[in-house]
Amino acid sequence: MHIIVCLKQVPDTNDVRIDPETNTLIREGVASIMNPFDENALEAALAIKDAQGATVTAISMGPPQAGDMLREAIARGADNVYLVSDRAFAGSDTLATSYALAKAIRTLPAADLVLFGKQAIDGDTAQVGPGVAELLGLPIITYVRKVTVQDQQLEVERAFEDGFERMSVPLPAVLTVLKETNVPRMASLRGRMKAKKVEVPVLKAADIEAESHHVGLTGSPTQVIRIFTPPKKQGGVTLDGSHGQEAAQQAVALLRERKVI
Amino acid sequence: MAVTEIDYGLNEMQLEIREMVRNFAQERVLPVRAELDEKEEFPTEILRELGRMDLMGLYIPEAYGGSMTDSMLDFIVAIEELSKVCCGVSVSYAANALGADPILLGGSEEQKKKFLPPLASGEKWGAFALTEPNAGSDAGGIQTTAVKRGDHYVLNGTKQWITNGGEADIYTVLAVTDRKRGARGISCFIVEKGTPGFSFGKKENKLGIRASATRELIFEDCAVPAENLLGREGMGFLLAMKTFDVSRPGIAAQGVGLAQGALDAAVIYAKQRIQFGRPVIANQGLQWMLADMATKVETARALLYGVCRTLDAGAKDMSKFSAMCKLYATDVAMQVTTDAVQVFGGYGFMREYPVEKMMRDAKILQIYEGTNQIQREVIGLSLVKEYASRM
Repeated sequence: MHIIVCLKQVPDTNDVRIDPETNTLIREGVASIMNPFDENALEAALAIKDAQGATVTAISMGPPQAGDMLREAIARGADNVYLVSDRAFAGSDTLATSYALAKAIRTLPAADLVLFGKQAIDGDTAQVGPGVAELLGLPIITYVRKVTVQDQQLEVERAFEDGFERMSVPLPAVLTVLKETNVPRMASLRGRMKAKKVEVPVLKAADIEAESHHVGLTGSPTQVIRIFTPPKKQGGVTLDGSHGQEAAQQAVALLRERKVI
Repeated sequence: MAVTEIDYGLNEMQLEIREMVRNFAQERVLPVRAELDEKEEFPTEILRELGRMDLMGLYIPEAYGGSMTDSMLDFIVAIEELSKVCCGVSVSYAANALGADPILLGGSEEQKKKFLPPLASGEKWGAFALTEPNAGSDAGGIQTTAVKRGDHYVLNGTKQWITNGGEADIYTVLAVTDRKRGARGISCFIVEKGTPGFSFGKKENKLGIRASATRELIFEDCAVPAENLLGREGMGFLLAMKTFDVSRPGIAAQGVGLAQGALDAAVIYAKQRIQFGRPVIANQGLQWMLADMATKVETARALLYGVCRTLDAGAKDMSKFSAMCKLYATDVAMQVTTDAVQVFGGYGFMREYPVEKMMRDAKILQIYEGTNQIQREVIGLSLVKEYASRM
């Protein structure tokens, strides 16, 4: 069984700020990490590998420094890694990124399962997983919280806010996974020592036969106009709830006054 | 940029281990340490994960499945980092080595090949059993007996306060094979959990290191295969003493780590706590306290690492220095954790903050693996012998 996991390197948003002058992210001094949901995707792949044997390939589209994150994937137990990286990809939106990743996946040995995190914590779009599935012509299940493999079939649970669906899907298929799927393992000492020596192979646009009009800025119909910090919510009104009925009446009066209801 | 740490010449592997265990302790131990302490819960999952991360075999050579390079510092830095966050976890981790050391030091090739690989992988856990109700500091006063019957030794007696008792799979147990010969009549056996006649008694309720399991071992006509005798009959006491020479630096590492953890917490708190309109660290009296704490921690670490390097170089009789680093680092841990509680003031006394646990955990370091009075005894005796040849 061959599992491909798509990983994204993201700034650690716990300490990301936005430059008010330029409206762009201040990346300086901010650590880059593996997108947390992608860690769950990688763990899901490694758990299947542990349970029944599989070859796990991790790929990422990004600048050269994303190679460090791919080495981390090796340290945790991935068998192969590829960095999809080319100047031509710069400025790719989710569509162009999906295209490049789908092209890269097609150049690798056929995958039985392609895994993504549910979304990246920087862009928060949750579009690339479904985009890749569409371009590969594979079925996709998003927001997966549990996955088990049975023969050539996957049993998965797809979570909602108030419940879940149990579904099965034939392989090959694409999944995007949630945090509650698992607890990502930490790399072993031997894994880390091995990963230090790994040269991460790079797939350029020509290697994956990506056509230039589908990638980079030209392949990206989405343009970011402005990034900004939304204004903080103003104080508001607090009602004393110790006398429920009275507070409810006050709330209704206030909402009527402001023509909300 | 000012230098924030002394360069002790750790190699690439040791730096890697330090970073790994530091992250692990933050991510996996810190969030649960208060609960493990409160509920006296053994850190089973934490040890399992340390095994998966190849960190259970840091003191075992590669030939027996471990990942030790050529230095005991591999293991020492791991104990130190775990101890910064929780000594209950770090003692459960380190006690595996205490159980395995007699095998490493006195085992035959067959015994090493059989028992060390599962300990190195973390598949099995180890424990060392010497202490008895009437044999603490006076280790020679052991009453558990082992009588040879055919191809077995039959063990009878009770061990107490055994770290990892009940949790471990492989026990190295000291028992008397020849009462007449005193300390030279003590032998060391490998006893596996599940051996008929081997059971566990009461689990202790402790002041500190409450996550660790401290339990009685009971031997009632427990037949152990003769091939599980380590070395020869009568070598047990010597083997225990040799074990302490290499295990005491591990306790020193607990002391250094614990003291460092308390110092870190105290400095951060002193910078945040505002009294009289300014952070309390602005007071010279408090700064001097912190300065003394920091200096003690660093001197303890310097001594410990120096002792480890000398042991690495193949030094044979290191009792004096092993005792010194254990004695000094654990006294430092007691002083520094007590001072850390003082820096925190009333908050330091509350369970909501981590330093009261650190202070509770520190006390046992001065007691186990030889009380600090016994360490002084060892150092003193060494001085007497050493200077005899100079006079």
